[in-house]
Amino acid sequence: MPPYWSIASASFRQYSTYRMATAAGVFTNTIFGFIRASIMFAAITSAGGELSGYTIAQAATYVWLGQALLAPIEAFGTREVSQRVHQGDIAIDLLRPTPFLGLYYAQKLGRSSFLLLGRGVPPLAVGAIVTGLALPTDPRSYLLGTLSLLLAITLAFLADMLVNLAAFWLLETRGLTVVYTAVMNLLSGFLIPIVWFPDWLLAIARATPFPSMIQTPIDTLSGRIAPAEALGLVAVQVGWVAALALAAHLVLTAGVRSVEVQGG
Amino acid sequence: MAETPSRARRAPDPDPDRPVSTARMVATLYGSRLRSQASFRTSFLADVLGQVLIVGTEFLELWVILSQVSTLGGMTLPQVAVVYGLGALAFGIGDLFFGEIDGLSATIKSGTLETLLIRPVPMLLQISSLDLSLRRIGRIVVGLAMYVVALGIAGFDPTAATLVLAVIAPLAGAAIFGALFTLAGAMQFWLVDGREFANAFTYGGNYVATTPGAVFALPMRAFFTFVIPATLIAYAPTLALLELPGPALIPTGAGWLGAPAAVLAWILAALLWRAGIRRYTGAGG
Amino acid sequence: MNPTDVPIPSRAAQNATGPAVELTGLRRDFTVRARLSGARRRTRQLVRAVDEISLRIERGEAVGFVGANGAGKSTTIKMMTGILQPSDGTVRVLGRTPVPERRQLAREIGVVFGQRSQLWWDLPLRDSYRILGAMHRLTDREREGRLERLVDGLDLSDFLDRPVRQLSLGQRMRGEVAAALLHSPALVVLDEPTIGLDMVSKEGLRRFLREDRAERGTTLFLTTHDMGDVERLCERIVVVNTGTVAYDGPLESFRERLGAPRELIVDLAEPADALALPAAARSLAVEAGGIRHRIAFSGAELTVPSLLSAIGTQAEVRDLALTEPAIEDLVRQIYARGGLG
Repeated sequence: MPPYWSIASASFRQYSTYRMATAAGVFTNTIFGFIRASIMFAAITSAGGELSGYTIAQAATYVWLGQALLAPIEAFGTREVSQRVHQGDIAIDLLRPTPFLGLYYAQKLGRSSFLLLGRGVPPLAVGAIVTGLALPTDPRSYLLGTLSLLLAITLAFLADMLVNLAAFWLLETRGLTVVYTAVMNLLSGFLIPIVWFPDWLLAIARATPFPSMIQTPIDTLSGRIAPAEALGLVAVQVGWVAALALAAHLVLTAGVRSVEVQGG
Repeated sequence: MAETPSRARRAPDPDPDRPVSTARMVATLYGSRLRSQASFRTSFLADVLGQVLIVGTEFLELWVILSQVSTLGGMTLPQVAVVYGLGALAFGIGDLFFGEIDGLSATIKSGTLETLLIRPVPMLLQISSLDLSLRRIGRIVVGLAMYVVALGIAGFDPTAATLVLAVIAPLAGAAIFGALFTLAGAMQFWLVDGREFANAFTYGGNYVATTPGAVFALPMRAFFTFVIPATLIAYAPTLALLELPGPALIPTGAGWLGAPAAVLAWILAALLWRAGIRRYTGAGG
Repeated sequence: MNPTDVPIPSRAAQNATGPAVELTGLRRDFTVRARLSGARRRTRQLVRAVDEISLRIERGEAVGFVGANGAGKSTTIKMMTGILQPSDGTVRVLGRTPVPERRQLAREIGVVFGQRSQLWWDLPLRDSYRILGAMHRLTDREREGRLERLVDGLDLSDFLDRPVRQLSLGQRMRGEVAAALLHSPALVVLDEPTIGLDMVSKEGLRRFLREDRAERGTTLFLTTHDMGDVERLCERIVVVNTGTVAYDGPLESFRERLGAPRELIVDLAEPADALALPAAARSLAVEAGGIRHRIAFSGAELTVPSLLSAIGTQAEVRDLALTEPAIEDLVRQIYARGGLG
């Protein structure tokens, strides 16, 4: 356990030194929050004050929590691992005493903790002041919400890792990252709540792990769904984490083997 | 299309002593980028498809909302599609030529800027042609198709004047985005890690431009009209093209203000850019 | 923003008289924000990178500009090429003031930054020259004629159609030099042109630079860590130390003045206790029981063949090695003496 803790805290500290970038990120996140909130408010007003279970206050909470989650989830994907695969540096990572996925997961947790505090919370605070937030009354919502958030970050890490590991077989993964980002932004319920989707799209979304990355933690944290119902969604998250962790492990093993066979 | 030695070794131009015009130099700069990108065919295709997909999901957001409510910001789905298509087309063109300028801090940090400074060609032209990224054509194609089709569905009834506007609007919008990207890049001569600040104006501008302007509360609408002229890129021209009444601050006639706004934005961008270069040569890397 | 306001190449300037480079009391300060150890806040510090450098280089001269890292070499080059504005003093290059006349000057000078590429990474090497030719407004005939000479002299023909990213370091560096020389500049500035190159590539590059200079009467300004570059290419050496000129003079008297000897190591077929040596040489050590002799000699007064023939009359030489005093060592000596100008 100690190596993981030191990796995570080193990663946290490293990101905390990028002060200018953090300030810039907060500013941009806030502006985008206002744009998104404007669109949703207009839609809800147009529907007469409530749209598929969302009131103005709930929509505001949804938008600002989404903006807060954007950075720690790293919704736009990362490219580090794929680049290390292409440059062959992955061999160094695999030789370390710490298991590969554990190493990167520890880094991700450290990084995400900073991104949540540094980039996520400030826009949320601005939103709370300007548009107001609908907060849960049941304390269990906070507890479950925190758990759900951790699971969401874990899921996003695993899915992003799978995309990166495709670099073992693909010469260029940028296209794949772009596609992944686009699909994830939509189906995760980041752009608009998935319950607003037409039935067919909702069915597709529910069959993927994406809603577990954003929609579930938002719904749980905001108290829009009751703790009892949230418990079921958190269980779904746990299921996806198990499935993707297994997949990531298998893909990594296969990738390493393919490199060994080619002698690359 | 793949670059082969035989193609590169083609015969020289008919008159080998012809002085090189500015136009020919510019064509050479951009032409070289196009050929280099077409040579990576598969990844190019994946990139273009990725772009199309992004545009698709962006519009899906508006489409899903409009499947729940009849109007958004006073506009029906076809009208919103005109705004979105026009905005995407304008952003696509601006992004194609100037989209990489907002990565200027990386150019500064890597020292590449110094190698550009020792060439006898304006920096903006060099950066623009150096980073011309053809995969962005995906957004342009989808945007154009949507703009044309949606205009038809939304009942566009062209007069000579509105037809001219329909052609000018995407170009003026592209020029505004180009100026925004250049401003975003020039800013980084001062704020070296400020790329994300710039995103608020460039990508944020795109978000606003592709949305009916009436959804924004008055202070935001004012900011994105008079400071960052995003609503003048697609929303205002759509009002003018479809002869729709506009909300406060953006009357129907504002649809014609895209071109003047582009000129103003470029004057500002050019001034800031020059000041940035002067700061760079003064302060050093 | 208008590219046409730049006059067509450098014909006028090439006929012009006056020095190629004239630096007068050149100074350059940087403000560095640094967190001092123990201090909580970062403080601004003024760092003087270049301090009162004065230098006059005539047209056609070849000058080696050497000094340790951080001595102010790159900063001086940046001020000469218009990338940086001096804090004080004046720069004139080919009769122009670099920063305000940067683009005009760019047509008359060729610059190689050894550490960063000016070529188009994903294009065939040949395309870089086509683009640069257009940038410098060379006609097709001018470009092709010049390129032929460069391809021939730098031996580029084997990889001219290969993308730059696939070139070896040596190939790429030859390509970089060709890119800097394509527009036949009157002044060539080379910043560490042989860094990381193998001996064969280094020699090829030096040979061509010498030839091209002899053909066109180019002025050459070179920074390097490699004494071999200076010796093969330059007649004059300028040593900078902490931003000031510590030595400026002809290369042949550089070592002599310092008294820094070259060193010859000979292994003899039969052991000998001592060798009678010419006046300009002295024995440093006799090792391996009289087989190996280390001899220091002044390169200015004695050539290697004459020294060898002097030894050859006394013993049979089985093997030999010659070591040059490293530039760093000589520069360090200059630093220790506090200048030698």
